[in-house]
Amino acid sequence: MHEVDMTRSLVLTLRDWWESQPDRPQISRVHLRVGDFTCVEPAGLVFAFDAYREGTFLSAAELVVESVPLVAFCHACQADYRPEMGLHYACPTCGAPMEDIRSGRELKISHIEYQNAHRETQTDRWAVA
Amino acid sequence: MHQTFDAALEMNLLHANQAGADHNREHFNEWGITCLNLMSSPGAGKTSLLEATLSALQSELAIAVIEGDMTTELDADRLRRCGVPVVAINTGRSCHLDARMVSGGIHQLKTLVDPQTIDLVVVENVGNLVCPAEFEVGEHAKVALLSVTEGEDKPLKYPVMFREADCLLITKTDLAPYLEVDLDRIMANVRQINPEVAIFPVSAKTGEGLADWLNWVRQATGRSIQPATIQPGDRVATLASV
Ligand SMILES: Nc1nc2c(ncn2[C@@H]2O[C@H](COP(=O)(O)OP(=O)(O)OP(=O)(O)O)[C@@H](O)[C@H]2O)c(=O)[nH]1
Ligand SMILES: [Mg+2]
Ligand SMILES: [Zn+2]
Ligand SMILES: [Zn+2]
Ligand SMILES: [Zn+2]
Repeated sequence: MHEVDMTRSLVLTLRDWWESQPDRPQISRVHLRVGDFTCVEPAGLVFAFDAYREGTFLSAAELVVESVPLVAFCHACQADYRPEMGLHYACPTCGAPMEDIRSGRELKISHIEYQNAHRETQTDRWAVA
Repeated sequence: MHQTFDAALEMNLLHANQAGADHNREHFNEWGITCLNLMSSPGAGKTSLLEATLSALQSELAIAVIEGDMTTELDADRLRRCGVPVVAINTGRSCHLDARMVSGGIHQLKTLVDPQTIDLVVVENVGNLVCPAEFEVGEHAKVALLSVTEGEDKPLKYPVMFREADCLLITKTDLAPYLEVDLDRIMANVRQINPEVAIFPVSAKTGEGLADWLNWVRQATGRSIQPATIQPGDRVATLASV
C-alpha cells in the first residue's frame, strides 16, 4: 500500500519540476532507481503510477524502474559482496556482519525524458543523478 | 539537443517526507525533547512495552505518546490510563506513519501540554514490519520490537527495519520456554544485518530485562543511568555501546 504514498511523493516532485519549466513539456518517461534493500516493490510502483497518471500532466509518461542490487563491502576482506536477500547477509568469505552497504538503499528519481511542446521532434534529457 | 540540468536537483523519492521529518526533529530539538519511533509487526507488544515503560519512568521523565493506531483509540486509551498525554493519529488505511501525520500529532499534543515541559515523546508506529522503517517521522532513534513467537528468520526476511533500528527489543521472553525458539539465533540473525544495534530481550509481563531497556531510554534522553536501578548482573556493558 505504501507504493501509493511513494507515488504521491513522486508525482509532487515531478509536478514541481514540470511547473518550473516555462513551456510545460510533455513528459514521456520517468526513470527511477530502486534498491533491492528497500521496502519498495517496483511492480507496485508502476501499477500505482499508471492508476494515477490518467488525465494529468503525466498522461503520456511511462515509469521505468531500474532495480539496484544489494552490494555490501567487507572491511576484513577489503572486498564487495552480494548478500543473499532473505537468507544471508554476513560476508560469505569471512562471516563478518554486513557493515557498509554500497548499493541497494536507493530510492531515486534518476532522470526524465520529455518532448518540448513546441518542438515536438526533440527529446531532451534532464539528468538529475 | 541534450540539455543537462543542475545535478543538485537530485531527488530522493521520499524527499518531501524527509524534509517533513527534519522539520519535526527541529521542533523536538527546540523543546529539548527526545523522540523514539517504536516499530514492529502487529501485536509484537509495543503498547504493552509502553505501559511498562511509562509506569517505570514517569516519576523521573515527562513523557508523551503519539499513537498511530489504524482506526481505533484502543491503544491510546490503554496509555491514557497511565496518566500521560496521549495523542491518537488516525492513520486510516495507511500502513505506516509519515512525517506529515506526526506533525499533525505534534500540533495536537501542543493543545494538551506545553512541549517545553516534555522530555520524551514516544511514537507508536502502525504494526507493520515492512515500510515504517522507510518513513522517518522526526525521531532521534528507531526502536524495533520482535516477539519470540515470530520466528528466528524474521530479521532475514524483513531486513530493512532491523538494519535501520538503533535498538531492538526481543519481546515476550516469558513465552520462550513454551516455544521452540532460539534467542541466540534471533540475535545472530539481527547482528548479521546490523552489527551495532543494542539488543534487549524483555518481557513486559514479568518485567524481565526491562532494566536494561529503561537505562537505554534514560541514555537516549541524555540522562545518565540511575545507579540505584542497576541490578547485579545487568548487562551494563551493552549500554556503553549505545
Ligand atoms: N506473555 C506475554 N504477552 C505479551 C507481552 N507483551 C505483550 N503481550 C501480549 O501480546 C498481545 C499484543 O500486545 P500489544 O502490546 O497490544 O501489541 P502491539 O504491538 O501494541 O499491537 P498493535 O499496536 O496492534 O500492533 C497482547 O495480548 C499482550 O497482552 C509479554 O511480555 N508477555
Ligand atoms: Mg499497540
Ligand atoms: Zn569478509
Ligand atoms: Zn513546524
Ligand atoms: Zn506503509
